[in-house]
Amino acid sequence: ADIISTVEFNYSGDLLATGDKGGRVVIFQREQENKSRPHSRGEYNVYSTFQSHEPEFDYLKSLEIEEKINKIRWLPQQNAAHFLLSTNDKTIKLWKISERDKRAEGYNLKDEDGRLRDPFRITALRVPILKPMDLMVEASPRRIFANAHTYHINSISVNSDHETYLSADDLRINLWHLEITDRSFNIVDIKPANMEELTEVITAAEFHPHHCNTFVYSSSKGTIRLCDMRSSALCDRHSKFFEEPEDPSSRSFFSEIISSISDVKFSHSGRYMMTRDYLSVKVWDLNMENRPVETYQVHEYLRSKLCSLYENDCIFDKFECCWNGSDSAIMTGSYNNFFRMFDRNTRRDITLEASRESSKPRAILKPRKVCTGGKRKKDEISVDSLDFNKKILHTAWHPVENIIAVAATNNLYIFQDKIN
Amino acid sequence: MFVRGLKRKCFDGEEDIEGTLAGIKAIPSYNLQRQSLLDMSLVKLQLCHMLVEPNLCRSVLIANTVRQIQEEMTQDGTWQMINTQSTGQASLDRLVSTDILCRSSREQAEGKHVPGYSTFNKDFEGGQAQGSLETMSTASSVQAPRNLQSNVWEMENPQENKGNFQKSLDQIFETLENKSPNSVEDLFSEVDNSYYDLDTMLTGMMSNTKMGHCDGLETFSSPTTATSSSNCKSDLNELDHIVEILVES
Repeated sequence: ADIISTVEFNYSGDLLATGDKGGRVVIFQREQENKSRPHSRGEYNVYSTFQSHEPEFDYLKSLEIEEKINKIRWLPQQNAAHFLLSTNDKTIKLWKISERDKRAEGYNLKDEDGRLRDPFRITALRVPILKPMDLMVEASPRRIFANAHTYHINSISVNSDHETYLSADDLRINLWHLEITDRSFNIVDIKPANMEELTEVITAAEFHPHHCNTFVYSSSKGTIRLCDMRSSALCDRHSKFFEEPEDPSSRSFFSEIISSISDVKFSHSGRYMMTRDYLSVKVWDLNMENRPVETYQVHEYLRSKLCSLYENDCIFDKFECCWNGSDSAIMTGSYNNFFRMFDRNTRRDITLEASRESSKPRAILKPRKVCTGGKRKKDEISVDSLDFNKKILHTAWHPVENIIAVAATNNLYIFQDKIN
Repeated sequence: MFVRGLKRKCFDGEEDIEGTLAGIKAIPSYNLQRQSLLDMSLVKLQLCHMLVEPNLCRSVLIANTVRQIQEEMTQDGTWQMINTQSTGQASLDRLVSTDILCRSSREQAEGKHVPGYSTFNKDFEGGQAQGSLETMSTASSVQAPRNLQSNVWEMENPQENKGNFQKSLDQIFETLENKSPNSVEDLFSEVDNSYYDLDTMLTGMMSNTKMGHCDGLETFSSPTTATSSSNCKSDLNELDHIVEILVES
């Protein structure tokens, strides 16, 4: 199994897609509840697996293009088939996943194995009959959106109009129509005329869940810009600019790096957005630009270790974050296979671990605690014992129920609320 | 690289150090830490050229950190301005990493122990420095922290600290030193103008931060390393020629 690089539930939550470093997409489907076992909730089993992207070679630059899937986004379901967008560094693909459980038999012009029948042998006409067959799930690429990004794509986001979507790389954001692959509109371009003056890059972008003219993008300097596509064709000038003033007492050489936003997500309501930087998660009210309304510390105990984390490059890890269906809770990952959940109403938070040792099937997860100094209590882990190679970067929350998917390197964990 | 159970002080105890140590002792300690952070950052920037297309976000963040440190060093007055050579501007376009690769393993082993830029300045003008300013300062001053770092980080497990830091540096330099001048050609057969794009940007950024004033390969004239440097020089001149063609097309 390869390292999982993205996790995403579809709109109903029945399907869960994962993309990995090898360019593969694996889709899990929730089983229907079994009447004979009413107490067991639906489990997720593999539904479809396909190779989305292959490694490529850019001949002009003599560089490899990785096949790693950076993001998957589902389209809202409109018919029996399911559609999703998957992207690597350079190319976005629209995939159709459809089921086939019937087969036609009794063709007139060809045999059962597909060979053409000899015309002389056709003596009578018959109507082909549909016969059931074993369920087959087929994935086929329907659109390939290529050659629009010079830099590495970090985000894709489907618009609420269900017709367009955006793709963002380090310096530019493009707007696409789902039906048109040979044209895209550039809506944001922050590339300086002289690349030597480059000091800031785009790190994430997302469309507003309800207003199809609004999107946001975050930067490596910890700022978020909200843009309105009605104001001008090129949205280089933002409508709103979100930035929290820096705390001068905690300034260090690493201040900028840890302020770099790795993920931005609108709440389902569309009223708030959440940003993830290296040490914290911040919730912003779209009506207030000068500071977030809530700040949650993910692993503040790492603040004194920033130099080491800079040396081993962990400080550049890009953690994602997600909302639950009702926007009352948020979740994000950390190191040592820990992930954190924050309840916005009660202000309570919990640290859990996604590992084989600590999660037997049906067992309840035990809260974990990191000891920050002084005496280490039993069951606590000291900061120096944390395994920084076990990082949880990708998590997803079911759109309606309390089911979460957590990607721990090359393992996928699915947890749900304990059944009463 | 991060070793479990290892306690490092580095910048991590910055505030504590300045608070607890008496005046004079505190300041050089901070300078050394800052210096080592600068060196580490430069090595990171140079290393990222060698793999697949580097992560632009990471490069920008590291370059900004370098710029920040240098701004502070300039304000402190610890930065020694070195006169730009006449070919300085053109030579800034040179591949920084190629200079490291060009230097023979002997040269790198000879890297001087340089506690600060002031001393380095003298060495340079004494004609002892080879290759570009940037790489020299990187190579020599990175070696300096191997000794100095132990003073700073000797709180706990000094041997382990030194060993681990040295080990990670060794790893970096091993990959660099393995490329002997004779294999430079093989190396550059894989390199093309994309190298230039990244380097132009990054060395450009570094030039904005008043970093390297590379004297370039034109001053590669010391008799002690004549053969290796002339090999490098001719190879790189060839590469320039090829790159010119590629860029123009």
